[in-house]
Amino acid sequence: MLDDLDRRILRFLQSDPAAPIAEVAERCQSQPATVARRLERLKTQGILRGQYAVIDWVVLGYAVEVSLRFTLDKTNAKAFDEFLAAAREIRQVTAIQTFLGRVDVRLSVIAKDMADYQKLYRNEILSLPHISELEALMHVATLKTAETLPL
Amino acid sequence: MTPWDDLDFALLRALSQDATQSAGSLGRGLGLSQPATWRRIKRLQEAGVLASRRIDLDAEALGFGVTVFLGVKLATKGRVSLEDFERAVTAIPEVQTVQHVLGLYDYRLRVVARDISDFERVLRRRIMALPGVGDVEANVLLSEERLSGPL
Repeated sequence: MLDDLDRRILRFLQSDPAAPIAEVAERCQSQPATVARRLERLKTQGILRGQYAVIDWVVLGYAVEVSLRFTLDKTNAKAFDEFLAAAREIRQVTAIQTFLGRVDVRLSVIAKDMADYQKLYRNEILSLPHISELEALMHVATLKTAETLPL
Repeated sequence: MTPWDDLDFALLRALSQDATQSAGSLGRGLGLSQPATWRRIKRLQEAGVLASRRIDLDAEALGFGVTVFLGVKLATKGRVSLEDFERAVTAIPEVQTVQHVLGLYDYRLRVVARDISDFERVLRRRIMALPGVGDVEANVLLSEERLSGPL
């Protein structure tokens, strides 16, 4: 299992993923060789899966972000699979999540402006299969996004 | 109109999968020289399209088995200041993201917990104790996939 040093390393990397190993070592009061070894182990164990870039869609011209929450028609056994397969084909979908609760599936969609969103909504979203209920949450502001774990 | 071309989008797609790739290896895949690739990445960074990096951790392996999305409605709009609510909610370590939304709810929170009883603790002691909190709807995350969107 993880010890204190592993936790310190991961905690620091969550706040500064691009930090060079020497800096991680210094901040975690350890040696670069030790930190490199620990990182290697965390990777082999599958705990540290990698590092990805976060894209700012607003800068790319996608000013509108909407959460679409779906309840599916569960009388059809294939409802989930067919819905998810169709949703993956929509280019403006950036994330798909499935839930246990009142909502079955949520799609994050982005659009250049409201006219673009309306087009997406009418032409692509409404033609997704097996929708029984659909509601939209329009994003106004994001106040916290780091998705860090409280290690 | 847009200052970005298909090669930029290909770079963004690659970096949003794995941000640790070097300019050299990224460029080889796209038929670009290492300096040309580096210049494009630099330009995307300076424009703010490449906003930040995130490390991808296996939350479950680290002991966080439950992710719940909460829709929160404020009870007494106008009387409780949004700033008070926002300051308090963003300070909770288990709350990973906070989004201000328009629609059925006022805020959308992503909450991580060790298990369901740990989630109950966070919900009762932290979330329900927030200033002005009203209706709360919870949906437990079952699966999640990130897509590259319109790139």
